[in-house]
Amino acid sequence: MKRREALLTGLAALAARAARAESLPFRLTEVAPGIHVRQGAMAEATPENADAIANTGCIIGDSAIAVVDPGGSLTDGERLLAAIRALSDRPIRYVVQTHFHPDHCFGAAAFLPDGPVFVGHARMPGAIAARGEYYRQRLADSLGEAQAGRPVVPTFLVAVESSFDLGNRVLDLRAHPTAHTDNDLTLFDRRTATLWAGDLLFVDRVPSIDGSLLGWLRVLGDLEAVPAARAVPGHGPPSVPWPAGAAAEERYLRVLEREIRDLQARGGTIEEAAATVGVEERDNWLLFDDYNGRNVTAAFAELEWD
Amino acid sequence: MKSHPILGIALGLLALAGPARAAEAEDAGRAERWTELQHAVFGERALADGAGVIALEAPSRAMDAAIVPVAVTLTGAEHVKAVYLLIDGNPSPLAATVHFGPAADPRALRTRVRVEQYTLMHAVAETEDGRLFATERFVKAAGGCSAPASKDQQAAAARIGQIKLKRDPASPAAEGQPATAQLLISHPNNNGMQMDQVTRNYIPARYIQNVTVDFGGERVFAMDADISLSEDPAITFGFVPHNAGPMTVAVRDSKGSLFQQSFDFAAGRS
Repeated sequence: MKRREALLTGLAALAARAARAESLPFRLTEVAPGIHVRQGAMAEATPENADAIANTGCIIGDSAIAVVDPGGSLTDGERLLAAIRALSDRPIRYVVQTHFHPDHCFGAAAFLPDGPVFVGHARMPGAIAARGEYYRQRLADSLGEAQAGRPVVPTFLVAVESSFDLGNRVLDLRAHPTAHTDNDLTLFDRRTATLWAGDLLFVDRVPSIDGSLLGWLRVLGDLEAVPAARAVPGHGPPSVPWPAGAAAEERYLRVLEREIRDLQARGGTIEEAAATVGVEERDNWLLFDDYNGRNVTAAFAELEWD
Repeated sequence: MKSHPILGIALGLLALAGPARAAEAEDAGRAERWTELQHAVFGERALADGAGVIALEAPSRAMDAAIVPVAVTLTGAEHVKAVYLLIDGNPSPLAATVHFGPAADPRALRTRVRVEQYTLMHAVAETEDGRLFATERFVKAAGGCSAPASKDQQAAAARIGQIKLKRDPASPAAEGQPATAQLLISHPNNNGMQMDQVTRNYIPARYIQNVTVDFGGERVFAMDADISLSEDPAITFGFVPHNAGPMTVAVRDSKGSLFQQSFDFAAGRS
């Protein structure tokens, strides 16, 4: 009896897992008229979540659609495409990649058959050349070659600012100096005053610094001046009020800066910093232990030369 | 290592023959690699267990594979003249050799290294009478050597060769009293495995080969370094001032550049 129960429980778990893997609940939320966001899972990439861990979505204009962050894997990108097609049959004219991290852009190839223009920061092609293959291999090891996907090198490059029109809907693109990465791009939708911030804005999930702590704080200051009613974070809820939604991230980054500077003034070591800096922020963030130590280590080295 | 071209080639061959993927490498493979490496660096000389003589600290799982802090501690039980730091799984495993001078306080030494794959790390102490004592650590880190170079290349190029010296505020440099200081050298320490994000070519190797620190004309230490040191190398060391400063630092890199700076300790914190 006991054995049979255990067997049934095991089978049920397996079935549930298979169902999750095949059909992740893929839900687009309309955060403002014509702006649809799929909230990513608050997790690391796994075969079960198909690396659908970042926020992705689209902006629909009167004549065309722009995809923003085409998904974390080919599978994720294909699901995004299907969800967009369920909303509108207007042509997908642009695929905007907010930066080169795999959870945001490895679904890009799913959109190639539609022939859109791929948009990115002027530094994104170089960043893909430097780390794209490494990311692809790592994702393929986890999801399998067929699912992993790859980034598409953008051809519409933004060095400072640019705009495009989706039909009565102008989107302003802005390329930023080194912050979360060295190739962060944001969008501003004039019609609804919505800022699509990509990973310059983390909400609930701990920010990861792959660029510059001080640079990020400067860029965040610039972005807080943008007259947006709301922002779409790269990780977190589909939309948060702006600039209030950036408060927690800014506080976290400032805590790191202040505590590292204090420690350096006292002659503290990088090991000590990795173990102690930011710990009071631990309960405020998901995946804190996976990223805080690395953030502190990189920021410590950065601040030594500030 | 630059003064031993044959050793360099031997280590290169070892790197090729070594385990390609650390995650799969067995303990036996690591032990075998260490045996080969020992032979390449120390020849037939015996390595004794370093317990009680030398200790090596490194994170068991590194936060950032390009900035892995390591600390070598000497107990003082033996009179040590040099310390070797080896990162078995790196492309050029002999990361640094530190030769202590008369003004050294060789008890503690810290630096930061790049780690390319899960690896054993070894610290070896060489005594005045030529005996060797070894200790080891296993470090989980990957991709530190081929990780993209500086997060801001332009800023890094603009300050190449700048040197900072920080005194431990808790450690006053009174004559004859051991003190601790940290040397920070701004240098990309490009190892030839990193790609230029603009041209998409590999950045030619340009790394620090030699660092000397003297105090009041007495040698504190001379370090022979290699491509495993992190970008913007940081070295924390002990010294014993026997006379008035200054502390002079000289850094030579593989392109033949020489960066020198003098620090006046009497004037207080630098």
